[in-house]
Amino acid sequence: MTDRESPRRRRVPGVARPALLAASVLLLSACAGENNQNTFNPAGPSAHKINNLFLPIAIAATVVCVGVVVATFVVAWRFRHHPGNENPRQLHGSTALEIGWTVVPALILAIIAVPTVSTIWTLAKEPTGDVLNVTVTGKQWWWQYEYDREKVVTANELVIPAGRPVRLELKSDNVVHSFWVPELAGKQDVIPGRNQKLVIEADEPGLYKGQCAEYCGLAHADMRLRVRAVSEADFRTWIRDQQQGPSQPYKGEIAELTGKRFECVNCHVFDDSSKAVYGPNLTHLRSRETFAGATEELNRENLIGWLLDAPSRVPMQAKRCRVGLAPDTDCVGMPSFTQHTPEGKPVMTRAEAETIADWLLEER
Amino acid sequence: MTSVSDAVVLPSAEPSLLRRPRATTGFWSWFTTVDHKKIGILYGATALLFLCLGGIEALLIRTQLAQPDGTVLTAAQYNIAFTMHGTTMVFLMGMPLAVAFGNYLVPLQIGARDVAFPRINMLGYWIFLFGGIFIYSSIFLGGAPNGGWFGYTPLTSSPISAGVLPGRGADFWAVGIVMLGIGSVTSALNFIVTILNCRAPGMTLMRMPIFTWMMLVTAFLTLFAMPPVTAALTMVFFDRNFGTTFFDAVKGADPLLYQHLFWLFGHPEVYILILPGMGIVSEVLPVFSRKPIFGYQVVVFSGIAIGFLGWGVWAHHMFATGLGPAALTAFGLSTMLIAIPTGVKIFNWLGTVWGGSVRFSAAMLFCLGFIAQFTIGGLSGVLHAVVPSDTQQTDTYFVIAHFHYVLFGGLLFAMVGGIFYWFPKMTGRLMDEKLGKWTFWTMVLGFNLTFFPMHIVGLEGMPRRTYRYGSGLGWDVPNMIETVGAYVLSIAVLLFVVNLIVSFRRGQPSGDDPWDARTLEWTTPNPVPEYNFAEVPVVASRDEAWHRKYTEDAEGHLVRLPRGGADSGTAVATEPVSGKGAPPAEQGGGGGGGHGIHMPSPSYYPMILGAGILAFAYAAIYHSLLLCTVGAIVVLFAVYAWMLEPGTEPA
Repeated sequence: MTDRESPRRRRVPGVARPALLAASVLLLSACAGENNQNTFNPAGPSAHKINNLFLPIAIAATVVCVGVVVATFVVAWRFRHHPGNENPRQLHGSTALEIGWTVVPALILAIIAVPTVSTIWTLAKEPTGDVLNVTVTGKQWWWQYEYDREKVVTANELVIPAGRPVRLELKSDNVVHSFWVPELAGKQDVIPGRNQKLVIEADEPGLYKGQCAEYCGLAHADMRLRVRAVSEADFRTWIRDQQQGPSQPYKGEIAELTGKRFECVNCHVFDDSSKAVYGPNLTHLRSRETFAGATEELNRENLIGWLLDAPSRVPMQAKRCRVGLAPDTDCVGMPSFTQHTPEGKPVMTRAEAETIADWLLEER
Repeated sequence: MTSVSDAVVLPSAEPSLLRRPRATTGFWSWFTTVDHKKIGILYGATALLFLCLGGIEALLIRTQLAQPDGTVLTAAQYNIAFTMHGTTMVFLMGMPLAVAFGNYLVPLQIGARDVAFPRINMLGYWIFLFGGIFIYSSIFLGGAPNGGWFGYTPLTSSPISAGVLPGRGADFWAVGIVMLGIGSVTSALNFIVTILNCRAPGMTLMRMPIFTWMMLVTAFLTLFAMPPVTAALTMVFFDRNFGTTFFDAVKGADPLLYQHLFWLFGHPEVYILILPGMGIVSEVLPVFSRKPIFGYQVVVFSGIAIGFLGWGVWAHHMFATGLGPAALTAFGLSTMLIAIPTGVKIFNWLGTVWGGSVRFSAAMLFCLGFIAQFTIGGLSGVLHAVVPSDTQQTDTYFVIAHFHYVLFGGLLFAMVGGIFYWFPKMTGRLMDEKLGKWTFWTMVLGFNLTFFPMHIVGLEGMPRRTYRYGSGLGWDVPNMIETVGAYVLSIAVLLFVVNLIVSFRRGQPSGDDPWDARTLEWTTPNPVPEYNFAEVPVVASRDEAWHRKYTEDAEGHLVRLPRGGADSGTAVATEPVSGKGAPPAEQGGGGGGGHGIHMPSPSYYPMILGAGILAFAYAAIYHSLLLCTVGAIVVLFAVYAWMLEPGTEPA
């Protein structure tokens, strides 16, 4: 049969196509850019444990997979129709073989099950030692972090000390979100009414990206986040800076603009980093690298554009209608200030936006 | 027992409320038919239309994601596109396409003249069609569904006034799926009763073709899976519209309950979709290998095992929801368990091909493609059973790759193969083989280009359901490849549709049994008469049609029997008494064309009842008492008239 096979092999490359493709895609993507949101680059104990479990099983699965796929085409090709085999022997089954290919996969799965189960229980353990506790709240569409003991509230960028376990308590007051920083840990859904727990830890100082992984409405794609791991000393400095209020009192033209005129204070707070409110706490905005759900780089131009017309940069479902600090109904996100409201609330001029942006970015 | 028609020949004195439709041919007959074959074709044609709609949505998604920060769609449009793509492909394409095959083939394969409840069969179709139209009408009526095909609460269940999910999309989605569920349940009940009660003499359960077996398992799964999702979506609808708080955490409810209810439906749903595909493969491989299925009993029982185990794995969709290590362990292990019967099937299929005489017809190629690609999807599924690694993979493109390998590379490949295989039985013509092979290779290429890179981009951290992504994360190249693949894939679908149309018009005449096939449907003449079998066949063996043509010698090699058959003890029922080529369509309901066979007569009432239910659906959306009253009157009228109408009208 083999001598008949060799001259007519033109279909076989078709079989190899997916494999070639896979290899080329892997290569291409390995070369492209710096990705720090990548499960292939674990950088913390949880992520390492998951990766050490995943890789060998994935390789075994790939081997089995390639074996079966190749076998499918080889078997079909080897027994292709040719003169003389029209009436093959009628095999109705083989009990021994069938028991075999039931038991062997069962054994392989049993082998996989052992480390799987043990890792499930290891990851469920409460962290020990000097643990940093942070309450994370999923908002539409940004993340709020409250450092419980340190009484610091910040947004989107989580600063943690490298080498120390951080116990996150995850909450939501709106819809389901999922907190995911691939290089540090697996994801944890954030569900209203449930306080979930996730332990993350970074081996080394560095920047680790993540984003919301559960569909949470309009701007789900823009609900990103960053974890910045720093040395223990840098962390202590950072906390001390965050705890300090602004040296200038919140009053004058700025208080007028962000208070009465544009009612920013309905959602934000500018002079107290310990307060968790409806929108991001902006007391130390200038200490962050990004804003708007970590989608926008923090600079003057971006900030001015955002202040004037946030919904043109990240889709929002907001209107200017709030009174007081309670979240209003049918209003999600940051409104646009380019139009008068029906109640006659004013339009923000570029000069006003510049004033507010400069004030937010200056050392205070 | 032999067929519905023998039992219900009532000399009806009762006048029907509407004059009974008479046409069994022509355009209007398609609206009133109760012939399972015509209904099967209606299901199939409608499902293929929805396949094209869902495919267009997929192309929009891929076009948007071709490059970072795509601007083809807005976020709102993108969210609608993926919600409608999922909803369409699951409820309006996958399930109905399986029902299409089941409708056409199950009675033929078990030697019955129709299904047990022909009018309910047609009702199921109308509800499916109206349900599909209803959901799609939302685009023109105040916002299309945008909460995802899974519709997690409280995103979908927050009151409309809360503005979390703008528009009435989620209402249309919830009501539409409840409506489609009614249709699915009617067809499931019909399959169960038909398969259990209407088999020809000698057609024992363990002689049934595997496709029919898988449809039986599927029907049971459908029957028990639709109630949880109906309950869940009713609660969602009430939360949105009537101020209930089933999923409102602030009022002490637990939104996670919804996920349990949804996946208690959603996972069996996966098997509802794939088991018919496995059934098709189990029919096609033996025919084109000229060997019986390897280990019939094991293939049947592994299908049943998958059906049972499918109820114990739903929480593997929820491994990141914080179930606690005990539940994670249990559901992780049960998920691994389900890989065993699945693997058994794959090996038995390979055993079927082994030692055969394989003809690479288009149908066979698609089924071999199924095995290869389904294996890839199955094994990435095992990686999801490894709970900790699933917490990295869930809700990323890795999962999209996984289930498209199962549902597209698997299910749809099997379905396309099945169409190539049974097209001659449905139309009397062969599909173009050369074009079919082009379709196959284009589809293999396009499919793998589209979905293989998703494994990688998912592991590289790209989450699902995101309308844009930033550059510099290494996702740009694979996303571009995926988009190119999607367009190649659409060329393949186009080739397939062209083939369907051209072959339907001008295909080569196929004869009654072009593939030298094994099962009873191939003993009927082409085109299949309304009554299927002039004489109800008596079944003596598994693969009855085959054993009328062949026997085995001492070494197990095939030996062709002389025409007329050695098994003359079993009635050769291929030809009607009055000779081959009897008029396929009898004028006047119930006419048996001189055979004295009384077939169920066409009826208006399934369509009218379906329309009444449609009115209810719109009444729910608009809180309209008027529409509700109209619906109630129409439904009551249709049910009442239906009851008075005899199943078979004397000719």
